[in-house]
Amino acid sequence: MDQEQTVTGKSIFRIDGPPKVRGEAKYAAEYKVPDLLHAYVVTASIAKGRILSIDLSAARQFPGVVEILSHKNRPWFWPVSFLYKDAAGPPGKPFMPLYDDRVHFSGQPVALVIAESYEAARDAAALVGVTYKAEPHATDLARSPAFIPRKHRIGVAPVPHPTGDADRAFASAPVKIEAAYTTSPENHHPMELFATTVEWGDNIVTVYDKTQSPKSVELFLKVAFRLIGRKVRVVSSYVGGGFGLGLRPQQSVFLAVMAAKSLKRSVRLVLPRDHMFALGYRANTVQTVSLAADEKGRLQAIRHKAIAATSQFEDAQDPILLFSASLYRCDNVKLNYELAKLDTVSPCDMRAPGAATGMFALESAMDELAYALGADPLALRLTNYTERDQSENRPFSSKALRECYAQGSERFGWDKRSHAPRSMREDKELIGWGMATGAWEAAMSPAPARAEVRLRSDGKFEVTSSITDIGTGTYTILSQIAADELETPIERIVVRLGDSALPFNPIQGGSWTAATSGAAVQSACRKLKAKITSQAKKAGVLDRRPGTELLSASALADLLKLRRGGELSATGTMFSPPFGKRFSSATHAAVFAEVRVDEELSVVRVTRIVCAVAAGRILNPTTARSQIIGATVMGIGKALHEDTAYDHNLGRCMAHSFGDYHIPSNADVYDIDVVFVDETDTQVSPLGVKGVGEIGVVAVAPAIANAIFHATGQRMRDLPITIDRLARARSRAS
Amino acid sequence: MAAAPNTAHRVAYTINGVIRVATVEPGVTLLDLLREEFDLTGTKKGCDHGQCGACTVLMNGHRINSCLVLAVSRSGSVVTTIEGIGTSDGLHPLQEAFVKHDALQCGYCTPGQICSAIGLISEGTAKTRDEIREGMSGNLCRCGAYTGIVDAIEEVMAAVSDAESLP
Ligand code: FES
Ligand code: FES
Repeated sequence: MDQEQTVTGKSIFRIDGPPKVRGEAKYAAEYKVPDLLHAYVVTASIAKGRILSIDLSAARQFPGVVEILSHKNRPWFWPVSFLYKDAAGPPGKPFMPLYDDRVHFSGQPVALVIAESYEAARDAAALVGVTYKAEPHATDLARSPAFIPRKHRIGVAPVPHPTGDADRAFASAPVKIEAAYTTSPENHHPMELFATTVEWGDNIVTVYDKTQSPKSVELFLKVAFRLIGRKVRVVSSYVGGGFGLGLRPQQSVFLAVMAAKSLKRSVRLVLPRDHMFALGYRANTVQTVSLAADEKGRLQAIRHKAIAATSQFEDAQDPILLFSASLYRCDNVKLNYELAKLDTVSPCDMRAPGAATGMFALESAMDELAYALGADPLALRLTNYTERDQSENRPFSSKALRECYAQGSERFGWDKRSHAPRSMREDKELIGWGMATGAWEAAMSPAPARAEVRLRSDGKFEVTSSITDIGTGTYTILSQIAADELETPIERIVVRLGDSALPFNPIQGGSWTAATSGAAVQSACRKLKAKITSQAKKAGVLDRRPGTELLSASALADLLKLRRGGELSATGTMFSPPFGKRFSSATHAAVFAEVRVDEELSVVRVTRIVCAVAAGRILNPTTARSQIIGATVMGIGKALHEDTAYDHNLGRCMAHSFGDYHIPSNADVYDIDVVFVDETDTQVSPLGVKGVGEIGVVAVAPAIANAIFHATGQRMRDLPITIDRLARARSRAS
Repeated sequence: MAAAPNTAHRVAYTINGVIRVATVEPGVTLLDLLREEFDLTGTKKGCDHGQCGACTVLMNGHRINSCLVLAVSRSGSVVTTIEGIGTSDGLHPLQEAFVKHDALQCGYCTPGQICSAIGLISEGTAKTRDEIREGMSGNLCRCGAYTGIVDAIEEVMAAVSDAESLP
């Protein structure tokens, strides 16, 4: 097939678009199941302590209530915590809802009301009276002792080793800055509420779940609930966003299956928005960055220390410092990564976990250094550009970051920027331009992925894989890959995903789905093509004239007829690449932001963002661009709005709705311009793909913070940069 | 939806051109009536508090948050949900524009966005991109598809003002 006819790399409309705009796409809470019961969770109002008693008398009498479960009457669990481990869990003991009388965090489920209707379950839940014996709690990161995690989290890149002597180099360098930065806890808040519908059957339990990994939920449920003899099928055909919160089997699926198992009935549990604050969060951090340079701006020392929140029961770890040693050329690097235990739920990976918080500090510090040097912030990055990953002492599989800087700055008009803070304004608004660099791992999944492709009797090819599409465009790109491999129009490809009965795939995270699941589809299609070609040759129905499809629909029908209904299929497997890579692989981005700050009111508007991305081969510019735009919007939220604020006296998160946890709305988002920079990479993955799910968010918050400095002269080192924080900084300064 | 006989009420709505009746408890929202009783799950629940717009439907031609309406309170109303927009074989121009401008990712906010956009266009007050942004700010999208949403609405709006009415 020549370049003209291929669909991979072209802007194909999202194939799941039509069912979604029609409202036909079914999400976890939307499957019609006969005899369905509804559940509602009662949550703990203290942060730490014990449940002394639970008064169910009023709730039990509420019309429609069928059962109320708590730690006292729940079905038996394995008493060993490792059986509740999941593919994305950090070291520690996973949280098990309703396990015992201990309260580990505010918002923890303590009882589950199951009723004939949603309203009855909800209203009865309000009547459950729980008395506690509270114990002193800790939810304030700044006051909690930090420690170096003893067990390393599998799958997360280790903190790079120190190089040179950063302390000495810092002390003797002519230009230096040192500053502390903090980031607030954030919640993922996909628009779809976490929900599970369990269809209970004697032989098969079908679980419609909101997850980023039907397969790991299936395995988890089989072990945790001893459903080994039964068939368990987890279906997540459409997932209303995940952003990492669906990487682990969630409380919702745990509780819904527990209820279904104990009642032998079908049950639906939809968590309300306020409960979603206690499912997992992006760890808040306290960071210190010290940078030193010579007079020419060449980095002499980088020190970066991060303390991140975790729960009492798990040591959640994120690659916060991953790029601090590899992004710039510097011989003396020292990194420290510590955790502090809080009485909260465990943090849970959120879009570009670690990098999005660590790079806020590093890239803000680079901007501070640029001003200390009197240098242009972009020029400083170029001065310290590196073609090698110094921390690993190896080359990058590809790195077109230089082109990102060039194309992004040109598109933005960076050369027209005046260097001094507060030097640009229009009417009442100060204008600021800032930039930052982004990086994210370009990885293949460490677990293998499989896919099957089958020639159906109607002449269509059906591609199946258990991987989900959480809005990322997976349905679409897998169709494109299959169409090209099978040399057939995309209309003849049918893709079925998000079902644990389909071929095994790992969790949908790490931006590795396109590279990993895509390669499995590629391999399955290649095998099927070989099979078909040889059989068609034998049967004499092969048409190999140039420019024709591999097989016309009628030829395929003939072939299937000859086979008397025997279907043709092939399975492909993508094994993770062997350990000890000879190169480092990463996606890169350069983000340029314009803010306008109302001088009197300190209201910030992010009026323009240009994001130039180098992410290897782009399978579909339309869906990839949407990924970057969406991540940019999340980055705006991180920079200006999102804060899971705690009342440390109560140990309780004060935000409980979109009214007090602000995510960007339409009016907060102006122009976002995405540039994909050409980057050919033959080593990173079989398809040359690096993944685009996360890179978009990394550099947005520092670019905005740097733009705010440029506009106002205020260096804002604590995220989010809310109006009150900015106003306070201004009044302190004047 | 089991109901205690002494508190339940009969309600009737014309939904997507069809008269639907049900017996509901006073605490049931129009949103839950649509989703749980009538299996019209195209209307989404994202907050249940009137804060996200995922549940937007058209009631008597106006966009409303169906989670803020108790089913018993507006019996007799005419409701259009996403299932009533477009025809069985064709997409409504806004649905088409949403696909064309990739104004969605996960799709969960999308039915609400489309219903809200239809309401916005018929209100006729939004003319500029900024006004569209403002007028659509009751519909949150965590996937961040806002720029595509505004592009889609702007395109359809221009076509409407050319043709003076929606097809
Ligand atoms: S569900 Fe009605 S506004 Fe969110
Ligand atoms: S498309 Fe996912 S929330 Fe809007």
